[in-house]
Amino acid sequence: MSPGSVDALALVEPGRLAETANVPWRQRPDARSLRRRGRRWTAWTVAISTPFFAVAGLLVALEPMLFIVSIWSIAHGVGIPALYARRGARSVVPLGGARSSAGTAEPGAERMALGLLGDLVGHEARDLVVRTGLLMERGELGVWLLGERGAMLVRSRGRRTDCWCVRIGDAAELPAADRISHLLLALREDEAGFATVANMDFSGASWRIGRRMEKRSRPALAAAREASRAG
Amino acid sequence: MSRLIRLDRTGHTTLAEWSAADLEGYDRAAAAFARERDEGMIASATGADGTAEVVRELPLEADLVVMRRQIAGG
Repeated sequence: MSPGSVDALALVEPGRLAETANVPWRQRPDARSLRRRGRRWTAWTVAISTPFFAVAGLLVALEPMLFIVSIWSIAHGVGIPALYARRGARSVVPLGGARSSAGTAEPGAERMALGLLGDLVGHEARDLVVRTGLLMERGELGVWLLGERGAMLVRSRGRRTDCWCVRIGDAAELPAADRISHLLLALREDEAGFATVANMDFSGASWRIGRRMEKRSRPALAAAREASRAG
Repeated sequence: MSRLIRLDRTGHTTLAEWSAADLEGYDRAAAAFARERDEGMIASATGADGTAEVVRELPLEADLVVMRRQIAGG
């Protein structure tokens, strides 16, 4: 019985996401474990940035003429966490964005897929996905934003955003909107299972992510932060 | 009328339709459902209230059952 086989999927407890059978070693996350992971990300960010700031300070203290080297060091301290945030933001591909697969499907398929996605969500979410390329879905762990690949989870009253790498196993020829429908259904089936299968790529301040998202998609993050604040 | 659909390259394909009173239609839908599951598709019964539930047998009363592919971490 290979991972991902029909037999393996059938062994998963009822009510749980079938795909968790492919990652049996992973713990199902809850609000507490996500907070813990978030703190670890913050600690890691501080740990990699602080030495650069310390070196910058030390160099200026030893020899003020070395301030140019200090600036170089500070730039690294600021730039490396920014690269992590950029990678997180890029793990989510908005529908119709620069990296979207929209347009590669059969003629008419995209429209049909978007119609079905519209049927699965309310007016508000449908309008948002058309405008920003991201679908907003409220969950127990926070407010999710789904792209045709990847997801964001906005939590802690909108202050923190986790970026998750998640995709359709075999998405070949699937219209872009159908890819969002896949992720939406999986998320609705079992939110914690969804977060178990997905790989967390980044966790940090929402403003960090917002600055690195495609401009068109930023209102979706703002809406998710607002929804998270409202509870 | 209940519908069984598969998300595919056309957007989606309706595999079967049935109603609670039409047991023959339901049997045809259940056979299509079993074929899709044998091919590794996952069945999701969606509710009008925005919920979805993995199902291993075709629910007679469901409005919409969607056959989807597996998701994976990227």
